[in-house]
Amino acid sequence: MTQQAAPAAAPSPASGPGQRDGRTRQRSLGLRLLARPEVGVFLGAVAVFVFFLVMAPTVRQGSSMATVLYQASTIGIMALPVALLMIGGEFDLSAGVAVISSALTAAMISFQLTMNVWVGVLVALVLSLAVGAFNGWMMVRTGLPSFLVTLGTFLGLQGINLAVTKLVTGNVATDDISDMDGFDQAKSVFSSSFHLGDVQVKITVVWWLVFAALATWVLLRTKYGNWIFAVGGNKDSARAVGVPVTFTKISLFMLVGFGAWFVGMHELFAFNTVQSGEGVGQELIYIAAAVIGGCLLTGGYGSAIGPVFGAFMFGMVSQGIVFAGWNPDWFKAFLGVMLLGATLINLWVRQSATRR
Amino acid sequence: MDRTKHPRSRRAALVATAAISALLIAGCSSSSGGKKAEDDAKGASAGKADTPRMTVALVTHQAPGDTFWDIVRKGAEAAAAKDNIKLIYSADPSAGNQANLVQNAVDQKVDGIAVTLAKPDAMKDVIGKAGQANIPVVGLNSGLADWKKLGLLQFFGQDESVAGEAFGKKLNEVGAKKAVCVIHEQGNVGLTQRCDGVKKTFDGHVETLYVNGTDMPSVKSTITAKLKQDSAIDHVVTLGAPFAMTATQAVGDAGSKAEVATFDLNKSLTDAIKKGTIEFAVDQQPYLQGYLAVDSLWLYKNNGNYSGGGEQPVLTGPAFVDKSNVDRIAEFAAKGTR
Repeated sequence: MTQQAAPAAAPSPASGPGQRDGRTRQRSLGLRLLARPEVGVFLGAVAVFVFFLVMAPTVRQGSSMATVLYQASTIGIMALPVALLMIGGEFDLSAGVAVISSALTAAMISFQLTMNVWVGVLVALVLSLAVGAFNGWMMVRTGLPSFLVTLGTFLGLQGINLAVTKLVTGNVATDDISDMDGFDQAKSVFSSSFHLGDVQVKITVVWWLVFAALATWVLLRTKYGNWIFAVGGNKDSARAVGVPVTFTKISLFMLVGFGAWFVGMHELFAFNTVQSGEGVGQELIYIAAAVIGGCLLTGGYGSAIGPVFGAFMFGMVSQGIVFAGWNPDWFKAFLGVMLLGATLINLWVRQSATRR
Repeated sequence: MDRTKHPRSRRAALVATAAISALLIAGCSSSSGGKKAEDDAKGASAGKADTPRMTVALVTHQAPGDTFWDIVRKGAEAAAAKDNIKLIYSADPSAGNQANLVQNAVDQKVDGIAVTLAKPDAMKDVIGKAGQANIPVVGLNSGLADWKKLGLLQFFGQDESVAGEAFGKKLNEVGAKKAVCVIHEQGNVGLTQRCDGVKKTFDGHVETLYVNGTDMPSVKSTITAKLKQDSAIDHVVTLGAPFAMTATQAVGDAGSKAEVATFDLNKSLTDAIKKGTIEFAVDQQPYLQGYLAVDSLWLYKNNGNYSGGGEQPVLTGPAFVDKSNVDRIAEFAAKGTR
């Protein structure tokens, strides 16, 4: 567990003679701050941001930042539950296609039954939570690693997305639902935008920050948050001290399902139709945002704010390259180098903070 | 007793839930759009041949869930239904796996194979094996430069460079000065050829932009970013219909005045052309590619015909769709066949 309140003892001088040995020495406030999981990625994000401010004049406009934040938000909303799940010691490879499954379900239920789109939205929510519950239940029940279970779900959903869509609609994309009842309402919830000064901001950015605040509060201030750290740290000792391990793990997977539903609804109401082959590969981007954000792949360590910066960094780099007008043939290579660089800053900060 | 009471109350609850959901469902019907509004029109049908049943395998490099390939397949299915052919469709975007699928068709001793040559070198051996087994092979969609070398009977498709060049000329006609060509799959040869073709004939300036095609929000924000970075861009060229639809939103977000034009068609795209949000589309007629490839194998078996005399490819595109002819085409696109 990382988030323990530090005792307010006065810091001792860094190299005073005749002190106790260094291991028990109280570290300075600055160093303690640097040791938090989100600080490294925060500095990395700032570095990337400043870099592009200098390199790409367009980034300095408010509207460009809105574009970066929009890209970051669609990754970030999913990166949050994925990060919580990761802190809880598990992994979800099906998160990318689950987004599309949810969007497909909502579109097809609404269209095929000629229903108010909210019916589709609710059915999709039930389905998304059910997929999460299935992942969690299967994993707890069989004791298989979550990597394997969710790989199965990933492939399964990918096939079902295609086959069911083709079976139901006769095409591999869903029909346009933009002229149906409830669409405008749902659009205002999931994919509208508003003006902040003369900058158009997407609603997903607001949702992203709201969810991040909520996740931080849950993680740091609630019993459930403690359970997440406990099951991720050591499942057996957690169980021994009375943490409901099964409940915690299944509910974390369902939280990822909720995130997939939310992003799926955004995509549906932003683009009116959904192609059934999309979403593949996105799961790795969500996981990357969480890991860059300071969550350990081994579980038990991390924060909810870290992935916010992780997703921001991803959005900043991928849009910044375009804003800078660099040769696009190198796009992926730039992306990889910058992400790795930012992650190294992150690592270096954490190491130098915990070394002394 | 509790025991007797319990199931009844549960049943009552169940009935109540069912009733409430039925009411909810009835009350939640949409008054516009939806399945109700959709025509139940069927695809083209041209009777049925009484020739002996034959089996044809169509093996493409389709990525899962792509609207374009779905239309190719529909064309092939229509021809198969007409010609009394059993059609085996399979696809894999990786060249090695696609070659295995062709081998699988050879093992099944089918009467004909239609294949796409996105990566011709990988298909060479297995097409040779089909030849040894006396199975006629035709090409479609990609492989215009290689089909004769590999010993295919005939070829149906569009020359991507020719299509790109036609596109570039059309951009000149509509008075474009600076265009961005959006590639949704980095490293795809056909897509690159299209952009190169545009570059060749377009008098203005063309830039390339790569986007992550499996993630629409990212496609949208990347195009938005590009339009903001360079406000001189007056045309966005996309290489697939769904990306064109997203590009129109990006144009709005960026506050740009750029027009969107695209390669390939689908259902919602024809509406956008009608409304004027998309300027024009160049269509390579995927339905025709699938249809002709299968039909040609039937003709070869039953009448010994070669399209293009076995020397020239049969071009299915580029056909332009714009406001002037969209009404006629929209009725077919609505069925998902054009």
